[in-house]
Amino acid sequence: MIEDVVAWVLLAAVAAYACAGGTDYGAGFWDLVAGGAERGKRPRWLIDHAMEPVWETNNVWLIFVLVITWTGFPVLFQTIFSAMWLPLALAAVGLVLRGAGFALRKPTRRLARRRVYGAAFAVSSLLTPFFLGAAVGGLATGRVAPGTKASADAWSNGTSVITGLLTVAATAFLGAVFLTADARRFEAADLVGYFRLRAWCSLGVLAVLAVVGLAVTHNDAPYVYDGLTSGVSLALVLVAVVSALATAGLLYRTATGWARITAVGSVALVVVAWGLAQRPYLIPTSLTVSQAAGASTTLRWLMLVTVVAVVLVGPPLVLLYRLDTRGVLQPLTEADLRNTAPGREPENP
Amino acid sequence: MHSAIDHLLADGPPQLLPARELMAFTLASHILLVPFGVALPAITLLMHYRGLRKGDAVALLLARRWSAVMAVQFAIGIVTGTVLSFEFGLLWPGMMGRWGDVFGLGFGVEAWAFFLEAILIAIYLYGWRRLNPWTHFWLGLPLPLTALLGAFGIVAANAWMNTPRGFTLDRSGNPVNVNVRQAVFTPMFGPEYWHFVVGVILTAGYVVAGVYAVGLLRGRRDRYHRLGFTVPFSVAAILTPVQFMLGDSIARSIFHQQPVKFAAAEIVWKTGTHVPEYMFGRLHPDGTISGGIKIPQLDSILAGFSPDTKVTGLTSVPASDRPTATQATIVHWAFDIMVTIGSLLVLLALWYGWCWLRRRDLPRSRWFLRCAALAGAACLVTVECGWITTEVGRQPWIVYQNMRVSEAVTGTRASSLWAMFGLVVVVYALVFGSFLAVLLKMSRRWRLADEGALAGTTAEDLEGDTPYGPRPLSAAGGRDRGDE
Repeated sequence: MIEDVVAWVLLAAVAAYACAGGTDYGAGFWDLVAGGAERGKRPRWLIDHAMEPVWETNNVWLIFVLVITWTGFPVLFQTIFSAMWLPLALAAVGLVLRGAGFALRKPTRRLARRRVYGAAFAVSSLLTPFFLGAAVGGLATGRVAPGTKASADAWSNGTSVITGLLTVAATAFLGAVFLTADARRFEAADLVGYFRLRAWCSLGVLAVLAVVGLAVTHNDAPYVYDGLTSGVSLALVLVAVVSALATAGLLYRTATGWARITAVGSVALVVVAWGLAQRPYLIPTSLTVSQAAGASTTLRWLMLVTVVAVVLVGPPLVLLYRLDTRGVLQPLTEADLRNTAPGREPENP
Repeated sequence: MHSAIDHLLADGPPQLLPARELMAFTLASHILLVPFGVALPAITLLMHYRGLRKGDAVALLLARRWSAVMAVQFAIGIVTGTVLSFEFGLLWPGMMGRWGDVFGLGFGVEAWAFFLEAILIAIYLYGWRRLNPWTHFWLGLPLPLTALLGAFGIVAANAWMNTPRGFTLDRSGNPVNVNVRQAVFTPMFGPEYWHFVVGVILTAGYVVAGVYAVGLLRGRRDRYHRLGFTVPFSVAAILTPVQFMLGDSIARSIFHQQPVKFAAAEIVWKTGTHVPEYMFGRLHPDGTISGGIKIPQLDSILAGFSPDTKVTGLTSVPASDRPTATQATIVHWAFDIMVTIGSLLVLLALWYGWCWLRRRDLPRSRWFLRCAALAGAACLVTVECGWITTEVGRQPWIVYQNMRVSEAVTGTRASSLWAMFGLVVVVYALVFGSFLAVLLKMSRRWRLADEGALAGTTAEDLEGDTPYGPRPLSAAGGRDRGDE
């Protein structure tokens, strides 16, 4: 019973990371394809300013997913990290390069250096979600079971590749939708059209990939395929599709506030639908939620900690997003860090 | 070192050595940022408070600059910390698979605390310009608490690995009857926690003060440098004697709770009374000790306040259940270096305290500033040493007396791990190198700007001078957009 609750919380955390972290990966993707230093200057300026205050917070969802996994479902954690060794190791390296690249680009002035840091940030923004997606896709195929040793087959099969690509496309979609909204917020009219076009394009790519994905997973990941194409999961997927289409329409009318909500909704619903399709398995079809569950005392404590934390973290999180979307959060400029105020005179001239 | 490597190769699976090296390297790198992650917000808030309270523009400038540094440092800390969570699975899946539900809860607390910290730090770092000054300060004020809560989680997990409690083993050796409270509050938790918290605060204090000590030594004896030096240095100096006592107390806790680790730290070979203390020196596999300074009886006295105290030796357990002679020597040196530096820092703190009480001023000697400039680096060395003492002293166990490191290691091939190790070393070298380069650039840029300001060439950028309150939109937009 309690393990089901923990599984739901885990799924919610995965969905939250897919949406929050995904948006930032998407911003990195658009940074990557923004073109040369001159042509990409304005999009990159927007990406920098939009991501800056929130990307670290968004990244914490991932840590949270890991912690719930190893505390709540130790065997699941052991199995995933043993079987999916390489993609997860590369994703970890990607996370370092991405965060460091982004953080170091900001205070750097020289163009050549900014390029290097920017490239590290942008390329790893593409690779990290791909590897994470590929690992998830590999799990869905049932190639992995407790005790499986690391092998390339576990994550380089058709389903893994298509899931990885879908993940990248979904992040690009989210990123573009949010950047459209940010462009309006920062009063950069030219960028509204720029990112809106990219949101539509990535939605188109997502649709194509989803169709290919259906064909690939039909035989390769039958359990999840059957789950997704029937019952509640199917309903959720359909709502997600409607939601994604609504996003496209809302963007056309530049109702960017609503578009953000529907875009997040569509991605989150797909994640939830996938979770439902896997029921009762954490890894189809070898590890169920109850088989993987840790000690029930710990699970109850984990839920208690989670409830307390939601109460504590919720309000500040809302505050952060509100302050951010209202443009209250601004980085310190060079002028703020200079001293032109009195008090700097030497004591013994 | 070679005998250690041979030993490892002989004993464990081949992937054990690269897994350990990778873990050691990434953790040793990350731990250098930990003091700042935990304590820099607190020190900055202190300066910020002073600035607001006294209307002190210099203090506010320092706080703003420290915020700018924090923004970069926090980011690097986050990503190197995330790597460690991955490594629990990538390197030690056996430990997490069996013990994750027993000791993982601490990490749960840590993750949420860290979440809160990330949110508040974002508001703090990016709130300087537009938030009301005091609102901004109050929103930042919980930061040290979240940092302490995060440290609680991590140290609880580490203390559990050293003195595991809160479970019983069933027939097949799996933990059952988990008692979460016992698993979180293990015997080593209290001593480790306070030693850690005070240690990181004073490290951050000495490092920050060290930057301004260098400036003072180079003749920049203005109020800016004095303030930047005095505030963090005072915090660190007050905590130094406290840390000395806490260090003494944790050593005694180890003596009681992990006698074999204590034996390694003090290179005690045979159990006995009237045990001498060795300052440095090297333990050989046959139990002899070469080099070092021998002080008769002292180890027994330190451990139990009497020469009659019985100290457990390494040979009290089979060779396979204790650190090797080389590992013991490493632990011993780490421990002795930490204690030596700690004692020297106490002297430095006393020197400072004496002059402050007598004259309300810094000691006049340049040697004081030279020592203060070195104190930060020395503190970072002690952080590494403390960590080596804890972790190498625990060998060969990953969960003390319950699971060996070799049982926990991943099944991934050694060659893959070595390749990953190489990649990580290159990436970390680049990241940390760039991080330092960026910090130095920032500091240089500020210094040049300050010197320009003194010389009266402040023509540009004046409109951004007041960080608070709404600013003229056109100016902000124009500059922000054109500056990149």
